[in-house]
Amino acid sequence: MFKKKECVAMLLAGGQGSRLYALTQKTAKPAVSFGGKYRIIDFPLSNCINSGLDTVGVLTQYQPLQLNEYIGNGLPWDLDRTFGGVKILPPYQGIGGADWYKGTANAIWQNMAFINRYDPKYVLILSGDHIYKMNYAKMLDAHKESNADCTIAVIDVPLEEASRFGIMSTNPDGSIYKFSEKPKNPDSTKASMGIYIFNKDKLQKYLAEDSVDPASSNDFGKNIIPNMLAAGEKMMAYSFDGYWKDVGTIRSLWEANMDLLGERPVLSLSDEAWRIFSRHGAESPQFVGEDAEVTNSSVTAGCEIHGIVRNSVLGAGVYVGEGAVVEDSVLMENVRVEPFAKVRYSILDENVTIGREAMVGEYKMSASDIAVVGADVKVANGSVVPAGAMLSEQ
Amino acid sequence: MTVAGLIFSNIHDQSIPEMTRMRTMASIPFGCRYRLIDFALSNMVNSNITNIGIITHYNYQSLLDHIGNGKDWDLARRSGGIKILPPYVAAYENNGAGKVYENRLEALMGAENFINRCGADYIVLSDCDAILNIDLSEVINSHVKSGAYLTMVAKKLEKANYNFETAVPILDLDANGRVVGMADGCPNEGGVIISTNIMVISRVDLHSIVSEALARGYTSFHRDFIVKNLHTKLINSYMFDGWYSVVSSMEGYFESSMKLLCEETRRDLFENADRQIYTKIRNSAPTKYMEGSKVKNSLLADGCVIEGTVENCILFRNVHIGKGTTVKNCILLQDTYVGSNVFLNCVVTDKNVVIKDDRILSGHETNPFFIGKNQTI
Repeated sequence: MFKKKECVAMLLAGGQGSRLYALTQKTAKPAVSFGGKYRIIDFPLSNCINSGLDTVGVLTQYQPLQLNEYIGNGLPWDLDRTFGGVKILPPYQGIGGADWYKGTANAIWQNMAFINRYDPKYVLILSGDHIYKMNYAKMLDAHKESNADCTIAVIDVPLEEASRFGIMSTNPDGSIYKFSEKPKNPDSTKASMGIYIFNKDKLQKYLAEDSVDPASSNDFGKNIIPNMLAAGEKMMAYSFDGYWKDVGTIRSLWEANMDLLGERPVLSLSDEAWRIFSRHGAESPQFVGEDAEVTNSSVTAGCEIHGIVRNSVLGAGVYVGEGAVVEDSVLMENVRVEPFAKVRYSILDENVTIGREAMVGEYKMSASDIAVVGADVKVANGSVVPAGAMLSEQ
Repeated sequence: MTVAGLIFSNIHDQSIPEMTRMRTMASIPFGCRYRLIDFALSNMVNSNITNIGIITHYNYQSLLDHIGNGKDWDLARRSGGIKILPPYVAAYENNGAGKVYENRLEALMGAENFINRCGADYIVLSDCDAILNIDLSEVINSHVKSGAYLTMVAKKLEKANYNFETAVPILDLDANGRVVGMADGCPNEGGVIISTNIMVISRVDLHSIVSEALARGYTSFHRDFIVKNLHTKLINSYMFDGWYSVVSSMEGYFESSMKLLCEETRRDLFENADRQIYTKIRNSAPTKYMEGSKVKNSLLADGCVIEGTVENCILFRNVHIGKGTTVKNCILLQDTYVGSNVFLNCVVTDKNVVIKDDRILSGHETNPFFIGKNQTI
């Protein structure tokens, strides 16, 4: 038990998430809040522990402070272990000099020593950008059964969207014969989910070759996978048909939050058999006042609501004053909406204050765009933040 | 100066038998997500007391489950932290074999080892029936400064607020706050000063109390050590002026819970940034308010699903309120499932109760209708 792990998970959490603009000015994308009391990284971490994987390396680079603090010793996910558990792996200075992570493959290559400490047979590569619940143990079983060198999780996407993804063309037995990154004319609808299982020895071999190739961009999708395919390694696709959402854009992040609402939500977080864990503080219970009206919404501990909340997701400690209206919006932790303010079709990041009688965003029906207010911004009393605006603290 | 804490988890169990049949006083659920011991524990932790013994009696399984290793109170420590002190039963003594303690003094004798070895200069004693958010370091400072033998935390209550069925100790104070008299019983007209049963004493003095009680066969902490010493030793009071309530009966439980719906109570109890109340973390999903739900003046924990109407209620974690259902003035504990077209008024459900469709149940504020654990109506 204290000598070896069969499979080590490596979670790529260094991405800036530049398409989330104001939401990632101060924090890395995996640390962005989701669903009221979670952060994006809770999903892969909870999937790991629920799948019986207890050794996870988290590769950080961009704005790691919040992420480091959040993950801490891994206790909320039961990943505080004597041997294994969760470990933060920032770029470091070695004998040959210091290097930032140049690409996803390079980040793993720089941490081969971490992987080898556990002497694993398999390495699971994950990214911290997706909302989904998946049993990696089943994928690992499929990988072992097919005797593959690499198994890539794929999900069926509509043909018209296929050109946004890395597309796998497969034989009837599931083996991959072609991989095309964002193809103009896709010949398959199997999109890569960015989840790979490698046999460790093969992974090490290809990463080593890649590291000395000056032309390489050190990326799994662009280099490692095509190189392995070209060399004739056995590559399998593993089809996943559950809920999976890339929350890399403002719109998709908003949509994924809305997917939690409704009577039969597409994404349920109250599944006792597959719990999503998160780190949270000691908030008091939520209070709904005498004149409040809360419908079709998800509300978290510490909230205090005196106004109207419809079709919205509220994070911990949100305050909605009397006469205020919050509609079709995502409010992250400790947002304050002062009395008589209106918030419509917006995403408000942590610690935002919307002043009295201020107006943020427009009705969703008006076909306008989502308004985004970045962390710690104070919107003055009576001021107007138009639809599609992107405010952040300078 | 180091301070340790000692919590009596069962001392008033008999005052609310409905809820303590299956659990200790300390583990009675309160305020959507807490258990009574959370207040005693959090008050200690927030005052930097991190070496805490919890004296238990009967039925302490639920308490063990709640406390775990103490990490949710930041009390999973190498040195100090939480020590559960199960009842001490002498194996070979003829007279006491198989008998667990019957009063506070005997409970303290069982904790003699903790008192001996905790190494602290002072010990704060606390019961679990009081609900308050207090800065104990102020109490300790006042104790040290006054040079008192014992300092009791006192609270002034108006007659209107004194409706505890079980008598709490009533204090008679002189102009300097020294305790000059003490009685169990009901107060006269007007205000009354009661003891919250939170006390500070030096470890050495507490140890000699335990030794003396053993030697002389004393049985009452109040009679044999407080009242007897009122005129020979300085027994001081510390007047607490924050929100305070004590759970002494089902009616009192109902009333204390409902007071959480007042803004002042919540601000004082829960929203002190320096002194939060901690509890076991359960990782419930956020609460979902469905289309057509109407919630007014209510306090809810996470994990609930609300499809009906909820007014003036306290809902614990994972409570489900079905369609067409109206719930008024109720306290519904964890995992209570209320079906469709139900009407409830002044009902208290224990954990895991199922109320089937179309049921109509009503109690009264003075006598809430209580439904025991795991029952189906």
